Amino acid sequence: MRSAFKTRNIMLVFLASLFSIPLFVVLGSVLFPEKQIWAHLYDTVLFDYVGNSLSLVIGVGVISLLLGVIPAWLVTMYRFPLSKQLEWALLLPMAMPAYIIAYSYTGVLDVAGPIQTSLREIMDWQYRDYWFPEVRSLGGAITMLSLVLYPYIYLLARAAFIEQSVCVLEVSRTLGCNAVDAFRRVALPLARPAIMVGLSLVVMETLADYGTVQYFGVSVFTTGIFRTWFGLGNSLAAAQLSALLLVFVVMFLYLEKRSRRQARFHHTSSRYSALMQKQLHGGKALIALVLCAAPLTLGFIIPVMFLCDWALETYLVVLDKDFYLLLFHSLLLAFVTALLAMLLALFMAYSNRNDGSLINRFLVRFVSMGYAIPGTVIAVGVLIPFAWFDNTLDAFLRQHFNISSGLLISGTVITLVFAYLTRFLAVSINTVEAALVKIKPEMDEVAKIAGLRPVSILKRIHMPMMRGSLLTALLLVFIDVLKELPATLILRPFNFNTLAVRTYELANEERLADAAVPALAIVLAGIIPVIMISNSISRSRAGHE
Amino acid sequence: MNNTIEIKELSVSIEGRSILENISFGLQAAGIVCLLGPSGCGKTTLLRCIAGFEKQHQGEVWIKGVRVSNPAHQLPVEQRQIGMVFQDYALFPHLSVADNITFALNKQSEKAVKQRLDELIELLSLQKHINKYPHSLSGGQQQRVALARAMAPRPGVLLLDEPFASLDVELREQIARELRLILKQDSITTIMVSHNQLEAFAMADVIGVMNNGQLSQWDNAFKLYHEPETHEVADFIGEGVFISGEVINEKEVKTEIGNIQSFAAHGVEQGKKVSVLIRPDDILHDDDSRMTARVRDKAFRGAEFLYTLELESGVRLLSLVPSHHDHPINEPIGIRLEIDHLVIFPEEA
Amino acid sequence: MKKIILILVLVLIQQTSFATEVNVYSARKEALIKPLLDQFTDKTGIEVNLVTGKADTLLKRLEIEGKNSPADLLLTVDVARLIRGKQSGLFQKINSELLEKTIPEYYRDNANEWFGLSLRSRVIVYAPDRVSVEELGSYKSLTDKKWKNRLCVRSSSNVYNQSLVAAMIANEGVEKTEQWAVGLVENFARKPKGGDRDQIKAVAVGVCDIALVNTYYLAGMLESSQKAQVAAAKKIKLFWPDQQGRGAHMNISGAGILKAAKHRQAAIQLLEFLVSDHAQQWYAKTNHEYSINPNIESSEILESWGEFKADKLSLGLLGEYNAEAVMLMDRAGWK
Repeated sequence: MRSAFKTRNIMLVFLASLFSIPLFVVLGSVLFPEKQIWAHLYDTVLFDYVGNSLSLVIGVGVISLLLGVIPAWLVTMYRFPLSKQLEWALLLPMAMPAYIIAYSYTGVLDVAGPIQTSLREIMDWQYRDYWFPEVRSLGGAITMLSLVLYPYIYLLARAAFIEQSVCVLEVSRTLGCNAVDAFRRVALPLARPAIMVGLSLVVMETLADYGTVQYFGVSVFTTGIFRTWFGLGNSLAAAQLSALLLVFVVMFLYLEKRSRRQARFHHTSSRYSALMQKQLHGGKALIALVLCAAPLTLGFIIPVMFLCDWALETYLVVLDKDFYLLLFHSLLLAFVTALLAMLLALFMAYSNRNDGSLINRFLVRFVSMGYAIPGTVIAVGVLIPFAWFDNTLDAFLRQHFNISSGLLISGTVITLVFAYLTRFLAVSINTVEAALVKIKPEMDEVAKIAGLRPVSILKRIHMPMMRGSLLTALLLVFIDVLKELPATLILRPFNFNTLAVRTYELANEERLADAAVPALAIVLAGIIPVIMISNSISRSRAGHE
Repeated sequence: MNNTIEIKELSVSIEGRSILENISFGLQAAGIVCLLGPSGCGKTTLLRCIAGFEKQHQGEVWIKGVRVSNPAHQLPVEQRQIGMVFQDYALFPHLSVADNITFALNKQSEKAVKQRLDELIELLSLQKHINKYPHSLSGGQQQRVALARAMAPRPGVLLLDEPFASLDVELREQIARELRLILKQDSITTIMVSHNQLEAFAMADVIGVMNNGQLSQWDNAFKLYHEPETHEVADFIGEGVFISGEVINEKEVKTEIGNIQSFAAHGVEQGKKVSVLIRPDDILHDDDSRMTARVRDKAFRGAEFLYTLELESGVRLLSLVPSHHDHPINEPIGIRLEIDHLVIFPEEA
Repeated sequence: MKKIILILVLVLIQQTSFATEVNVYSARKEALIKPLLDQFTDKTGIEVNLVTGKADTLLKRLEIEGKNSPADLLLTVDVARLIRGKQSGLFQKINSELLEKTIPEYYRDNANEWFGLSLRSRVIVYAPDRVSVEELGSYKSLTDKKWKNRLCVRSSSNVYNQSLVAAMIANEGVEKTEQWAVGLVENFARKPKGGDRDQIKAVAVGVCDIALVNTYYLAGMLESSQKAQVAAAKKIKLFWPDQQGRGAHMNISGAGILKAAKHRQAAIQLLEFLVSDHAQQWYAKTNHEYSINPNIESSEILESWGEFKADKLSLGLLGEYNAEAVMLMDRAGWK
């Protein structure tokens, strides 16, 4: 028993260190201050970066909270026309990369696009005669990101609402709460840990976005890092900017943890009855429908419509052998990474649970910060040590055995997967941990007394209870990898392209029509798992099983 | 309408099955009633119907002179001014004890809230737990908090769903008595639901025995025990066996173990065959008695043994005997019949 | 289950073999270079393995990979990145008569470490119904107050703008260039957004009246399969700046062979293929770029724009001033 304990600990330390390497590289850069560059940055653009990034985060945070929580509640507690379909449909924008929706809406709403052009023709206006919201702005970026990121919150909020004890809600009604009050004072606070997890994912995704803000001309940390790194050629300063970015993230995570500390959210009712949904009629049903349909329409239906339109124009040319190879690579890569991420997350979360020592907890938290580091930064943070390893090994072998091993790991898919894991482990870990929190330790004790070994406990008791969450973790990472751009751009091996890279290149070439097909492929590949997840969540209400 | 609670001909059916049939009763202010019955008898549905979580297809519910529901129109739960304590308490895990208790008082002034909170804390002895959170409380403490929370807004009626189910068995009776005191002190009209008689006996002024969706008898504990009105009630309340007998005259019945007299006329025709209820306390152990029965089983209950005795005819009786009379199985012991209340039911054809 | 994962992972790992092949890191988008590379393979039988990406990231990767890098050839879309590569010591000297003969010396490195492959110019486009030709002149004249709110340019993070500014620094010095940049920014009709094609569309629509773009974008739009793009491009005209002065600003797409190259011969062959008449004609006709070889004809559209005077600034200087250019644009508020 003791040796197993120790091995697990060592493994945990090893894994955590491994995945923290990029983080250390970034943080380590702080030790080499670059006064001149920083003076320049401070004088010119630093405040822009900070200000815009902050605005972006706050804006996206607030809007995606609204877009995620309200429909989650409506769809869980009430029945209205299309509510059953909306349950899973509301997740669809998650399959859409942010920059794709940015390009689509720009194509549609931009000053040269169909809407404004028709408007000018019909009203016989010139450009300056009317006001039209500018898509390519900070506000536009906030909107685009919110539309694409709200599903994270929706997903987690809905899972939380479904798992809530009916009794608690009924009790609140006996204490004088009407439906809105019950939501506001009971359901919402109880769902808060899950919602906060969703929110932190949203915040981290927002801070890591590059494609959207770059296209919209918004100066934030990521564009600044790129610029400093490549434009000014100063990798050190860029790494330091990344470190600054991380400070923001850490602050946010800390605030989130603190707010969760006191109230513990073990379920206090072990009795569950079927959640009885209330049927809505007339005006109320209409309002509910609109509130739920809006995010879906704006975040998915409209962009997809336009993408389909463009795809129909170009698919004959685009769908060739090359394209299918692309598809295969993308899907395989995403699946393998997602699986690895889930297994690693399970291991880490369990190590934490069984031995919640400060060190373990800290290590796991540390690894989770990988999510906040932009893909590019991670890529280089991965490239350097791997190349160093390869080069050192090669030199060593050359010296002693006269063989050249060349580049073993760098330039292969391993590097790419490693970079993905560094970035996306946070997603799996957070989801798995949120699920584990809900399983009372007493259950483990009961099982141990019954003679079950830890692995059996995992398989027979925890797994069924966590199935929905595990599937969620798998799906989230799968889709994230499918959509990932900057790290893939940098690290991919020869003759290896992904859908995301192809889409980005074409879109950046302002060949949106050609980009539509791979973009749609990404979306389609992401849809089926989305539906699967939603189903498994509805069914995971203990009481059904 | 003088009663605080009035239920009129309430009938509920769920998915075609009849759960409650024609339930009617009334409860006075500050009265405590327990709806007692086995699982599935419909008592919880009745409670939920009064609360407003279930709908009836016939009948009315009146609370404090207001008709809160009939088949056509139901007042929403939150407007009925009821308090409810669920079987598992359902405390709000994200709120402290104090916040839980004052949950329903959010529209009142700070002073009023503080005052009521202090009252309840005093009443339920929760001084040490005010700032704790539910997960750190024991079952009994949680129950008191749930109760305080339900009582805080001074509801018209307090509904308790199996309130002792989650508590340690030895504590139940004692807690039931304490609870009764508290409820009386705060003058709260209470309807409680339970399948456990001892709790019912300890808590309630009146007990409604339910079976298969119907109200069998509405009486105090003593009468239910000694004057059950139906076979089922007699069977359900307390322990006992039925033996056959024959009516000799209007005050006397002949049985295998002797003739039994009753104070009042029992109203059954002479010569009819009847089932006679024999409680364990009706059979006394008497070494001097000529009538004997063999010990077939014994259950130690601390102060007493509950003997299962068998007569020569094979008929079995239960007898409660002080436990220093420890007789081994199969030994014959002397018994004497001493029945104060004669309970007979005509034998069905 | 674990076995399956292992197998899948192994399937994904690819080995580079050492048969006849050449490995290319390209900042040119795949669509713009692959057809040419395929033609090379058809002709010589040498496989070409391609990785595309932004030049900056490719350079970073090359630096880190060091002498074990699998890359043989680096293709870029502008000169500053080639120079940065040279400064990092990535390239090796190539002695090739063909290359020296075909490429004019101001379009290649004087130490033969990098070579221009095709030309483009950064020009002024304007809406003829709102601007008359007489009003236009040099790059410097764009700071004139009459252009206030009428000028569209893309972001300063784009390499073409950086090179333009670097050229200006080389020609005029930092101070004057900074003044120019400030004046330019004051004339912006809107904050820089989108790419060159977006600027052209903006002029067509009326958001602004003039813009700075690369020649091949305009040509590309005129031949686009999307009608909207063609319509927009037709609405505007091209103007060659600085014809009285130094001439229009030029830039190149180019390449260098890496010191770490394992397939040196094949790489040289590829390079020579890319400056061959055949390839140059492809560049000209398909990509609408100007051939590096002054003897090769340009495409029809390019021809229609007429002859022009090109700035003969040695492009090597553009790379030297690149970092300075970026900081200057930051100071000037060019987002």
